[in-house]
Formats: sequence, structure tokens, C-alpha cells
Amino acid sequence: MQQTNVLEYLEQTAPQVPDKVAYSDGTDDMTFRQVYEDARSIGTFLSRRGLYREPVVVFMTRHPRMIVSFYGVVYAGCYYVPIDEEMPKHRVALIFQNLKPRAVVCDEKTKAMLGEFSYEGDAFLYEEMTGTPAEEERLRDIRRKALDVDPLYIVFTSGSTGVPKGVVACHRSVIDYIENLSDVLEFNRDTVFGNQTPLYFDACLKELYPTLKFGATAYLIPKNLFMFPVKLVEYLNQYKINTICWVVSALTMISAFKAFDKVKPEYLHTVAFGSEVFPIKQFNIWRETLPDAKFTNLYGPTEGTGMCCYYKVDRDFALDETIPIGGPFRNTEILLLDEHDQPAKPGEPGEICIRGTSVTLGYYHNPEKTQEAFVQNPLNDAYPEIIYRTGDLARLNERGELCFLSRKDYQIKHMGHRIELGEIEVVANMMDGIQTACCIFDDDKKKIVLYYVGEASPAETVKYLKDKLPRYMIPNAVEVLDAMPLTPNSKIDRVFLKQKYQNKKA
Amino acid sequence: MEALLDILKELHPEVDFETCDTLIDDKILDSFDIISIITSINSEYDVSIPAEEIVPENFNSAEALYDLIERLQDED
Repeated sequence: MQQTNVLEYLEQTAPQVPDKVAYSDGTDDMTFRQVYEDARSIGTFLSRRGLYREPVVVFMTRHPRMIVSFYGVVYAGCYYVPIDEEMPKHRVALIFQNLKPRAVVCDEKTKAMLGEFSYEGDAFLYEEMTGTPAEEERLRDIRRKALDVDPLYIVFTSGSTGVPKGVVACHRSVIDYIENLSDVLEFNRDTVFGNQTPLYFDACLKELYPTLKFGATAYLIPKNLFMFPVKLVEYLNQYKINTICWVVSALTMISAFKAFDKVKPEYLHTVAFGSEVFPIKQFNIWRETLPDAKFTNLYGPTEGTGMCCYYKVDRDFALDETIPIGGPFRNTEILLLDEHDQPAKPGEPGEICIRGTSVTLGYYHNPEKTQEAFVQNPLNDAYPEIIYRTGDLARLNERGELCFLSRKDYQIKHMGHRIELGEIEVVANMMDGIQTACCIFDDDKKKIVLYYVGEASPAETVKYLKDKLPRYMIPNAVEVLDAMPLTPNSKIDRVFLKQKYQNKKA
Repeated sequence: MEALLDILKELHPEVDFETCDTLIDDKILDSFDIISIITSINSEYDVSIPAEEIVPENFNSAEALYDLIERLQDED
């Protein structure tokens, strides 16, 4: 029978490996049996309180219990909204305003924080819920009425206006993603994941559900360790972690500080990365350190359920190249549309638009923003068909691989030329004295500004860029930073840099 | 020591770096701060902190950090 609910992963696996550790943070372990029993207790508890087909916030410290709470919410026939204690308070308050939830699952620490969000609904502690014996009949009844197009979770992404948007994803999209991702990255029962991403983003789907599907194990690596490269690699070795799906900045932190001179990952054989362009210089350090490991570049917006494109690195790259994002997962199509909504010509840039089951349901309580990005496929005037417009630009290379260019908003007009700021960044990242670079455009003064971290002087940098780039692409200002500011998502915070430049001018 | 305190205070003016010895344990410093500090120390004291010294013990207090700098300078 075709799978229609993510919990079927858990129900099939738990009886096979009941005593194996499913999730651990290195201190607290939870076996598959515990996950199964606790999730069903939580589901029963929430359902008895009349919660059904509505968002339930899971506001907890990153811990295996947080993951089990997600599944508990799903057992109740509801959808989970993960929020982490480290999320900025202002952001949490906005999310509560958008959701108006009736129930929040929390721990002792976060329960005390709830008062700050003028929230008046119920707050349930994990331990309080898991004492409830599972009611088989109730849970079966909920499941019988559930559809695979019902929401599974809502995660919030930052909106350009500063108001977060809640992306609603359904079971079917997540199952589709997990099946195809698992095929590509070849997960199995021996997979040991080292999770880096916070649990409040869709990025953690990569570890959470394949763990259930295969009976694998996932370690939630303490955030703290991502400051201490040698300790981080030692942690990977201690727990025999063999598979990581991390943001690029977490990987470059290890390579840039030369941690591999001191200690090498002993078990790691699968490295997936995404969300950002991997500077080739740093990437080569990884490949030299782990010559037998498989490296896969992943690309995808939250609105397309996790990742939607992948590229398995199968050749060397010159310093001035970028690693392609390859092509879509099975059962997903990428349309590259030009400014007239026509398919871009081969080699020409177009906006990445996603078609298929991976397209999420839209933004929660936000019809306006939903209609802007989730639109009728302009190539189909025969019947309703929604595609998601990512706002990202890509082109096909000679090999037929998709190559990410930049955000649509990073494409600028300067001195009559159309410029991809990302292209300047790639060249700057090639330079020896530069660890990481970011380019912004000041729309008022029409200036290109390059920020970078590294020992190179601005003068050397400009000289280097002049050798490699046409005159009109040379930044008008070059500034050194001690460190690159990052968003909560670990992407370079371009908005912050832009403001920094504009404040400086003022 | 003064220069080091200036580097730290610029990142977190609200923290009393002369007494605080739980900069990492209490999550006062994050990964952005650590990278900033390493880069600033490099230019201010002309020492580069090797990967094996980037550990919590060396970053928990200004004093520990200063000891590290002195140790690295002596090794040169």
C-alpha cells in the first residue's frame, strides 16, 4: 500500500530495531521504542484536549525530545511548528501573532519564556504528556481520516519585509523528498548522521526522517562545537558519524582554521552541503582530506520542501568555477523562465521555478505573499497548475547541469552592464589571502561594495580583481571584516552588510 | 591585556570581561565572535591561533585568552 503519512516510517522501523538509538545529543539517547511510545502518548494527550487539524507549536531546547514532540503532534492529527529557545524573541512574537496557536509543547526552560510573547493558550510539558497511555482506537481513527495532502509542519522563513512567512508543507511532499534524497545520498541502516542545522528549519528533514525510514541514528551536534573546529572533528570521530549535511559556513570553518592538520574525520564518507556557494579553495581542502568521500551539492528553497536539486561532485573544479547545483530530484521539474516567462535559451539565465509534488502548500495566513510566489505555470493555460517561483537565477552549462547564479535581487544594472554580484564573489574567493567574500550593491549611490575576511589588503584585492574582471565589475569600495555576519540560517547576512554600508555613509 | 579587552568590549560592550570566566559556558560568545576575536588577535598581536588552541578553555575568559597569546608569542 502506498505510504501517505510520515509516521509509517516510524511504525515500520520501531519493531525492527526497538533498542537501537534513534536520536541522541551525545548526552541523552532515545531508542526507536521510546520515540514510538512517547510520540503516541503525546498524540493521545493532545487529541484528548480537543486539538485537531491545527498548528501546535513545539517550543523547546534542541534535544531528541523536541523531535519526538513533532511526531506526537502529528499523531494527534495536527501539524508542528518548531521554535527554538535561541530564536530571537522578536521573531518568536511575530510567529505567535501569525499562528494564534491554542497549544504549545515546551520544556521547563521555555515554559518560563512564554510570558514574554503575550501567549494565553495552553503550555504542555513533555513529561506531563508522556505519562498518558496511548489510546489505540483514538490514534487509529485520526489516521484513518488523514490525507497525504494534509499539513505536516510549518517552518518560518524570513520575509524581505522583516515579517516571517510560515511555509506549510504536507506529508506527501516530505515523503517524496525523503525517498528521493535517500536514493541519491544512499542512506541505509548503518548511516550515522551528524545534524548541524537547527530543528526549526526544514534543513533538519534530511536527518529526522531518513533516521526513521532506515532505522539509522542521528546525533544532534551541540551548537557550541561549531566554534571549535578540532573538537568538532573529534566529536564526529567519537560517535562514528559518517554522514553530514551541513551549511557551507560550518564546513569552511573547519577547513579555514586548518583543523585537518590536527585531526581528520575517520568515518565520514558522505558530505552534502548547500545553502551557499562553496568556495573552491576551501572545497579542495575537504576533498584532499577525504579523497574517498562522496560530496554532493544540494539546492532548494524551503518552499520546495527541503532540497530540490542535487549534483554529485564527479570532477575537479578550477578556482574560478562554481560547483553546479546539477538537476532536480526524481519527480520534480525545474523550469528556467526568462523575464517574459518563456523558457530561457540554453546557457541564458532564467529564474528557477519548481514544478511537482515538492512544491509546498503556501504561506500560512498570508494569501498575498502566497499569490506572489505560488503561481499558475505560465507555460500551461489548460488547467490549474501551481509552480513556485524561487527568485533565484540559474543557467544551464554545456554539460546540461544547472548552475546557480544569484538571487534575482543580486542581479544589478551598473554602468549599463548587467552584473551578477555572485560572479565578483567567486573571483574574490579565489584569492589566496581571502577566506570568504560578499558583494553588495548600494542602490542610492550606485556603488558595488566588496566585504571580505582574510589577510589580504584592500589594495592587493583590487589589484587581483582587476586582473580577472572587466573594469565595470570592479568594486567601488573594498572593506575588510573580522568575520562575516551570518543570518540565523547561517547564510551571509547581506541585509546587515548593506545597512552597515549605508550607515557608514550617513 | 588592554588591547585584548578593547577587542572584546567592541563585540560585547555589556559584558565585564575582567571578571567573567564563563564566556563560552554561558553562551556569551558565539561562532561569529570567535572568528572575529581570532582575526583581531592576529592583527593586534601578530600571532595566529592554531586550530588545536581554538578550544573552549582558551576562550572562557579574557585572562585565559591573554595567557594563550603570551604562550604563542613565547613559542615564536
